[in-house]
Amino acid sequence: MANITLNNVKLQVADGITVLEAARANGVNIPTLCHMDMADIKMINKVGTCRVCMVEVVNPNGSSWLAPACATDIWDGMVINTNTPRAIKARRTMVELFISNHPKDCLACERNRNCELQDLAADLNIRDDRYAGKMSKHTKDTSSRSLIRDPEKCVLCRRCETMCNEVQTVGVYSAVNRGLETTIGTAFDFPMLDTACTFCGQCISVCPTGALTQISNIGEVWSEINNPDKVVIVQTAPAVRVALGEEFNMPVGTRVTGKMVAALRRLGFDHVYDTDFAADLTIMEEAHELIDRVKNGGTLPMLTSCCPAWVKFIEHQFPTLLDIPSSCKSPHEMFGAIAKTYLAEKLGVDPGKMVVVSIMPCVAKKYEAAREELANDGNANVDYVLTTREMASMLREAGINFNSLPDEDFDKVMGESSGASVIFGTTGGVIEAAVRTAASWLGGETIKNVDFKELRGMEGIREATVKAGEVELKIGIAHGLGNARTLLENIRDGKCQYHAIEIMACPGGCVGGGGQPFYGNDRTIIAARAKSLYAEDEAKQVRCSHENAEIKALYAEFLEKPGSHKAHELLHTQYVKRDKL
Amino acid sequence: MAKVKSISDLTAYKNAALAGDSKHIVDSSITRLYVGMATCGVAAGAADVMAALQEEIDKNGVKNTIVIPTGCIGMCYAEPMVEIRHPDGKTVFASGINADDARKVVTDYLMQKQAGEFIKPNVGYGKQVRVALRNCGNINPENICDYVAVGGYEALAKCLTSMSREGVIEEMKKSGLRGRGGAGFPTGVKWEFGFKNNSPSGKKYILCNADEGDPGAFMDRAILEGDPHSVLEAMAIAGYAVGADEGVIYTRAEYPLAVERLNIAIGQAVEKGLLGEGIMGTDFNFTISISMGAGAFVCGEETALINSLQGQRGEPRLRPPFPAQKGLWYEPTVNNNVETYAMVPAIIAKGADWFRTIGTERTPGTKVFALAGKINNVGLIEVPIGTTLKEIVYEVGGGLPGGKALKSIQTGGPSGGCIPVELQDTPVDFETLNAIGSMMGSGGMVVLDEDDCMVNIAKFYLDFTVEESCGKCTPCRIGNTRLYEILDKITMGHGTEQDLVELRQLGEVIKDTSLCGLGNSAPNPVLSTLNYFMDEYKAHVIDKKCPAGACTDLLTYKVVPAKCFGCTLCARVCPVNCIHTVDEIVGNNKKLHVIDQNECIKCGACVPKCPTKAIVVE
Amino acid sequence: MAQTNEKALYAQLDEFIDGLPTLQGALITVLHKAQGIFGFLPVEVQNHVAKKLDIPASKVYGVVTFYSYFTMTKKGKYRVNICMGTACFVLGAGDILNEFAKEIGVQSGGTTEDELFSLDALRCVGACGLAPVVMVNEKVYGKVKKDDVKGIVDEFKAKGGVA
Repeated sequence: MANITLNNVKLQVADGITVLEAARANGVNIPTLCHMDMADIKMINKVGTCRVCMVEVVNPNGSSWLAPACATDIWDGMVINTNTPRAIKARRTMVELFISNHPKDCLACERNRNCELQDLAADLNIRDDRYAGKMSKHTKDTSSRSLIRDPEKCVLCRRCETMCNEVQTVGVYSAVNRGLETTIGTAFDFPMLDTACTFCGQCISVCPTGALTQISNIGEVWSEINNPDKVVIVQTAPAVRVALGEEFNMPVGTRVTGKMVAALRRLGFDHVYDTDFAADLTIMEEAHELIDRVKNGGTLPMLTSCCPAWVKFIEHQFPTLLDIPSSCKSPHEMFGAIAKTYLAEKLGVDPGKMVVVSIMPCVAKKYEAAREELANDGNANVDYVLTTREMASMLREAGINFNSLPDEDFDKVMGESSGASVIFGTTGGVIEAAVRTAASWLGGETIKNVDFKELRGMEGIREATVKAGEVELKIGIAHGLGNARTLLENIRDGKCQYHAIEIMACPGGCVGGGGQPFYGNDRTIIAARAKSLYAEDEAKQVRCSHENAEIKALYAEFLEKPGSHKAHELLHTQYVKRDKL
Repeated sequence: MAKVKSISDLTAYKNAALAGDSKHIVDSSITRLYVGMATCGVAAGAADVMAALQEEIDKNGVKNTIVIPTGCIGMCYAEPMVEIRHPDGKTVFASGINADDARKVVTDYLMQKQAGEFIKPNVGYGKQVRVALRNCGNINPENICDYVAVGGYEALAKCLTSMSREGVIEEMKKSGLRGRGGAGFPTGVKWEFGFKNNSPSGKKYILCNADEGDPGAFMDRAILEGDPHSVLEAMAIAGYAVGADEGVIYTRAEYPLAVERLNIAIGQAVEKGLLGEGIMGTDFNFTISISMGAGAFVCGEETALINSLQGQRGEPRLRPPFPAQKGLWYEPTVNNNVETYAMVPAIIAKGADWFRTIGTERTPGTKVFALAGKINNVGLIEVPIGTTLKEIVYEVGGGLPGGKALKSIQTGGPSGGCIPVELQDTPVDFETLNAIGSMMGSGGMVVLDEDDCMVNIAKFYLDFTVEESCGKCTPCRIGNTRLYEILDKITMGHGTEQDLVELRQLGEVIKDTSLCGLGNSAPNPVLSTLNYFMDEYKAHVIDKKCPAGACTDLLTYKVVPAKCFGCTLCARVCPVNCIHTVDEIVGNNKKLHVIDQNECIKCGACVPKCPTKAIVVE
Repeated sequence: MAQTNEKALYAQLDEFIDGLPTLQGALITVLHKAQGIFGFLPVEVQNHVAKKLDIPASKVYGVVTFYSYFTMTKKGKYRVNICMGTACFVLGAGDILNEFAKEIGVQSGGTTEDELFSLDALRCVGACGLAPVVMVNEKVYGKVKKDDVKGIVDEFKAKGGVA
């Protein structure tokens, strides 16, 4: 323990913590901007560059100096004042300088009311742009399907750079230029579309301002809804229902499945379905593929392929390993393929007039939906992808009072789901779901104990051996692309052997996706969302994908059996070698 | 000759050198011509001069005369120059000569004793005391024999054979040597930190900061070009003391000659076994490599330098951890600048007590300054710490050219300040210069006269800082840009009195909040000129005048009616046709000319054309 | 012809990289070499370096744009560099720069259309005794006056494309 004096109060604090941590633990607020510390996912951005958190440190001789609270460790006997005129003036000046180099279009900015710079300006009572002068000039990049880079709104906090390089190891971003023209950019200022970006969107999650935002498809979806010639159906990913409530001030982890369904109907969607249904379908195909590979000496390990950011990552970074991911399309793409065939026929709708919209926790899904090979008969499986945040925006725009909506059920035919599909939204969930079905099939009957707790948790890389019938399945799990890289390098170099591996690009899996409500740096929110998914799984009658009645009907009536010719045509895909730029 | 494997080998090598290649150092029976072959000299044509001297000596069979290429003699204003040391002890300079003049030096002066116009008497070094520059101008930097002949590598030998590592550090601490790179941190204490910090790998590094970026400073270049071995020897001594086996010199890409000479020196030292494995028969290993910067002033900041050495953008790191804890490749690292290193062998050889006899109690020793600007003797000087600015300008620098009045002395480059003539009696030392709002810096000293506008000078330095800011932290990236904009506004005549308040306030916050030394000190040129030259600022913002006449936007070109006789020459040369004719001149049927102030672009083309000097600038 | 030539240049660069004792931290050294070989650092060269050193291309670009010594634009046959150190500045380097801009017809940082001249302001070259200093390629001109500028430019114009 160390003795410190903080704002004239003598305190005992733990050794080795920063001034910022000591202050926050004792109820003293010090504003920050660049700082972000999520040690559990190695997202540690203690660069000390914004200089907003300056505090005054008093020397024994009475003189004093300013130190960045986020990057200064406390020492025994340290005397700190956080709110002296000198410290406050420094802080204010920093924010004023930021404002002098920041576009003033707050009203039309996607991050309006949800911007850390805006909050600072408000908190520090800034009322004019006293240092107005030359501003850095950069071009906005809207080239990709997933995200927009607007470097003029960048405050050089470097969080995205840390996220992209240290956590995700994708390396798309670097600081470029110097002086006032410094920005976080891509190699050669290439548009994002031409880079190795996976569109995981984690950079958006950590951006404090509107410098990194999602591409919005709200306008297009409204047009489709309002087009009387179109039948617009919507599907919702598992991770959305445990996060959407946050946008409407509900407690973290609240499951809003019923309200979400009701809300989508009120927005004007013709039918509301569940991507969970398609998750069960994915398990049917994936478990089948796994057993096939295990029994018939196919390529092992088999990697899951639900995550489009992860798929793009392996295409760029490990182009020689493209034979190991499962050939299964991701669940919402499978949903689209089935909706525009099987469902269209059932509903008596011309597939050409059916519009499939996915509500996803993800911005990479937007890019995925536009991949050429994810179409059948020239008709894209999925037409539009909206993020959890976009859905909340639409509800606010439409004036729908989300909190007072009744609970409603998904529409039939593609609305039923098992507990296995629900946990797709968190790390370890897909592989647990696959194991449930694979173990049942290999053992000849549905297993009794479906909870494979050894596959759960938030460790970046996990492994476990589970018994499936007579086979011992060695399972690997990684979430976060940096962890995925480590695992893949080990596989490439023959250092470890698995039967199956689940990889999710976002730390925590889809609950921590780049399209989810902003969570600041509070990773307990991600854990709470995951917990809520496991609770729903437990509450379900049907816990295994192959027991889903609607899935059984789909195979009986349409697909015949997992891995059938028709299934391959509609539900499987292939991968493309890409340059590592 | 074989490798030097012991002290006695070194002595034998020294004796052989003195009897052979290096006899010019002791042999006063011959005439010796030292040609300054540093960058300045070479640029001014010293290579041709040297070739001409040798050719003429050979052609005419001049006896007992040798030509020695050497480093910077220090008198840049006189380049190319040759120092002629006669057997009788008399020394003269042949300065500002070309190849033809050089031939005459041989044929007229040496052979016929006729001193031509370019033979000048030796003015001596006057108040100068040469420690860091002790060998510059006296040895051939490309020949290790010369360095050994003047006692080189004896200090390293002394450390390796008769001093403990702690003993070396103790001696350095006792000497009171402070870092000459600008911060003045005690070198011995720094080495002690390096000695005490250990990493699991056991690896440590010795760095030499030769990224001399201050505009107007060239001390390090001169030392590297004139006496590279002194730096290598010192780095090896530091390596021994700290426990490091690897040294890296980080220098500017703009210094190709220094790099070339360092490479030669390292090659020779390795060949002689004075660097490498088992130096001088001991178990001490030390290698040195050179790394080039790529044009970023901020890399003079040691943590930025370290990042640059790691192949990254030269952005400074947060400290702590300090380089002595986690430096290059996150291993304990000791970094000193070139001039500091150059002093080390002398201190070890002659002892800390000797060193303490020079300079002040608080800062023993000397400091090298690059004297430039409005001064007669532009060049490199080395004076004891505590010498006053006035002594430097007038007694060493020979005063200002053209009889102009001294206005200010700028020290410390973009990080320093402008010291007014009223404070010219200030003795130079780290603390004294800090106290008056400037700093020692690495040793750039620019003399400014009455024609220099202090607002414009502050703007010049801010322009430099803005250009060189790494962009990492907010106050430097945006704040210094805003300071520059305000200064620019003032020099354009659009400034207000409120701007002067903002300049000071913002400058102080930038000093207080920047992440590294570059940002911390960037406002110094502004704050010091605000302190000492407020009248000049006020003249710009209130009267919209530039008293020094340097800010073109504030100049007014006028025709004095009484002097104009209507010759039309000015109107004909005006590029924007803004000189018009008005009333007829009385007693002359020509017309009086006036300059349209709204149109005038202040190019000054009309002034020299006027035969009666009727056009004045205000 | 041009293609084989380029191939040889890349081979030269690869040989240098392969000969380095370690690739750790070698980026700046390699870029110096690459610029020496190619004269400038176009996108293709930077990409090549990135792959060879196994670092993201964005990091290479970040370094190239940080250091003023590296350039992504082709320079002229005659590179005119005006020293902008303090000594040169107070002795009128700014006017000299403007005069060169006028004579050559490009601003600082630019290259003439015929690629004969490029003009740049340089950080202090440390030859303050000769201030103001102008360098054309390796040739140094000291104590340059505004009136000397035309002569210097004409000297190289006369040489033309033959360096």
